[in-house]
Amino acid sequence: MSAAPETAFQASREAADETVFDVRGLIKTFPVERSMLERIQRKPRRAVRALNGVTLQVERGETLGIVGESGCGKSTLARCLVRLHEPDEGTIRYGDDDVRTLKGEALRGYHRKVQMIFQDPYGSLNPRMTVGAILNEALAVHRMRPSAQIPARIEELLELVGLPLDAAERMPHEFSGGQRQRIGIARALALEPETLVADELVSALDVSVQAQVINLLLELQERLHLTVLFVAHDLRLVRHISHRVAVMYLGRVVEVGETEALFRDPRHPYTRALLSAAPSLEPDVTTVADAVEGELPSPLNMPAGCPFHPRCPHAMDACRAAVPELVARDGRRHACILEPADAPGG
Amino acid sequence: MSADQPMLSVRGLNTVFPGERGRLHVVRDVSFDLAPGEVLGIVGESGSGKSVTLRSLVRLYRPPTEISGSVIWNGQDLLRVGDTRMQDVRGGEISMIFQEPMTALNPVLSVGKQIRESLAEHEGLSGRPATERATELLSLVGIPSPRERLDAFPHEFSGGMRQRAMIAIALASSPQLLLADEPTTALDVTIQDQILKLLLRLRDQLGMAVILVTHDLGVVAQTCDRVAVMYAGRLVETAPVRELFRNPKHAYTLGLRRSVPDGGAARTPLAPIGGAPPDLRSLPPGCPFAPRCAYVKPACHEAEPPLVNVAPGHASACIRHDVLPTPQKERS
Repeated sequence: MSAAPETAFQASREAADETVFDVRGLIKTFPVERSMLERIQRKPRRAVRALNGVTLQVERGETLGIVGESGCGKSTLARCLVRLHEPDEGTIRYGDDDVRTLKGEALRGYHRKVQMIFQDPYGSLNPRMTVGAILNEALAVHRMRPSAQIPARIEELLELVGLPLDAAERMPHEFSGGQRQRIGIARALALEPETLVADELVSALDVSVQAQVINLLLELQERLHLTVLFVAHDLRLVRHISHRVAVMYLGRVVEVGETEALFRDPRHPYTRALLSAAPSLEPDVTTVADAVEGELPSPLNMPAGCPFHPRCPHAMDACRAAVPELVARDGRRHACILEPADAPGG
Repeated sequence: MSADQPMLSVRGLNTVFPGERGRLHVVRDVSFDLAPGEVLGIVGESGSGKSVTLRSLVRLYRPPTEISGSVIWNGQDLLRVGDTRMQDVRGGEISMIFQEPMTALNPVLSVGKQIRESLAEHEGLSGRPATERATELLSLVGIPSPRERLDAFPHEFSGGMRQRAMIAIALASSPQLLLADEPTTALDVTIQDQILKLLLRLRDQLGMAVILVTHDLGVVAQTCDRVAVMYAGRLVETAPVRELFRNPKHAYTLGLRRSVPDGGAARTPLAPIGGAPPDLRSLPPGCPFAPRCAYVKPACHEAEPPLVNVAPGHASACIRHDVLPTPQKERS
């Protein structure tokens, strides 16, 4: 495969075809505090369904973009995958591991293989530790290297993420937002993971700095053959770096497919609405056709049937009756009854 | 629209914050005009001084913060009028909306009460006419069942609805100019789309001018008539929106435009601007962007270039503007 600069980051998916994550029917609810009045009235406890039956596969070596608006469950999904949240129902398989039942050494091994990077480069680094100490802790806790080799490994990691070597002696607050995000990436890479789960990796950064971190991510993925789950709301970035994209709405995946196909020809009405709402950089291009009315319904009071039907311009009676299943069609999977599945065998 | 007399004329605006670590010169020599009904975007990264510029126009800072220059509004210099007149202008002829409606709205007053306060103060309306006008305003900004929602408190609204409520309050005084500071940054894209369309509709219906501060180039492209790009406290480029996107004449504007994925092949490296914005306390001599600039030459380090016209209606503070390439079009 040619390695011209223009296609430098295309090769990483060679080994695709191997499913690393297989997520099925994932449900996660969060209890909602009742007010004093509700408790006195003995109203039943309520729960928010953050994930409402998520089914999703991730292939080895790919970047899967997960997009959706606030409250769609994309961050909850990311956190369930790294066991920061315990789902209520459903299965998560990672290779041969049944992630939800892992314990002890097996769980530590899983945490080593699947690392998360957080949105907030300020809140996710211990402000009282030097960068060297932060990296050292990760290496020591997981016994990644004999202690004699740790200083050399820290230098290697700093170099890998493009930080100066003297960064090891400095504290997180001495760095800019973009550099702090590099520290977070170095800490994740310390464990030599196979998979990175990046939750809004660059949302807190200025655009010019975002591009630096995105380039780093592309380069690292290539060098280290990483699988990346890129959770983000910035559609332009997701389109640029993802091989495939999953669109979430109210705790469900409503469409998933190859990036270009999905962006060029979105099938689910919500995907169309989301894509057309993103403001174009061309002043003469105004995309208004699929703008949606109204806002996200409260997850406490989920609509019956298709979660998008109250805002959908094409909604009909059948949409209110049952939740559409995610069905395959034209190499894509989507959950809208207006777009039926491929005829079997056809 | 450029044929009209400017309704607002800003000349040599400077804002300096005193500080323990030395004076911080956040807005440096900013000048621009605004025509009636025009939507002007001020775009820049964090720390560029765009929000402080907006707030300085209506003197939202008190001494020891120093605001100097002139802000000519309806024949009067707002930096020199008395406090009483300033209060009439602020929230009256000129209204402001913010990024975080929850911090700008009063949490213990109903939305209706907050609109009526402004109506009483600026329009002299009270009682039933005030209620009717308040209902009208909520309906104008697209809040469903407006009559019932008057009694609702800000926390009972969703993020998008709060932003609409704040706009309704801002409109209560029938302003001629709306200052909008990142009004959609905290919102999801489908809601952002609704709010931006609302602002444009209100501009058309009410003939109100808007200054929109944002860091989002897409928002600028879709909403503004003219754009001013800020860097390190200065305006570095101003142009009509199409011209700015087609034919940027400042290396920083070009850099910003290129940092955003815009239709190059997927998964190719982006073109970031190297380094980080300068510390305002120790600006480099010459052009403040020079240390990060890909087109820099020795002369750039010598003197800070002034903002000069490089084409009709198009001004740039880049002495290398004639060697900059044009960015490619975004794929659709």
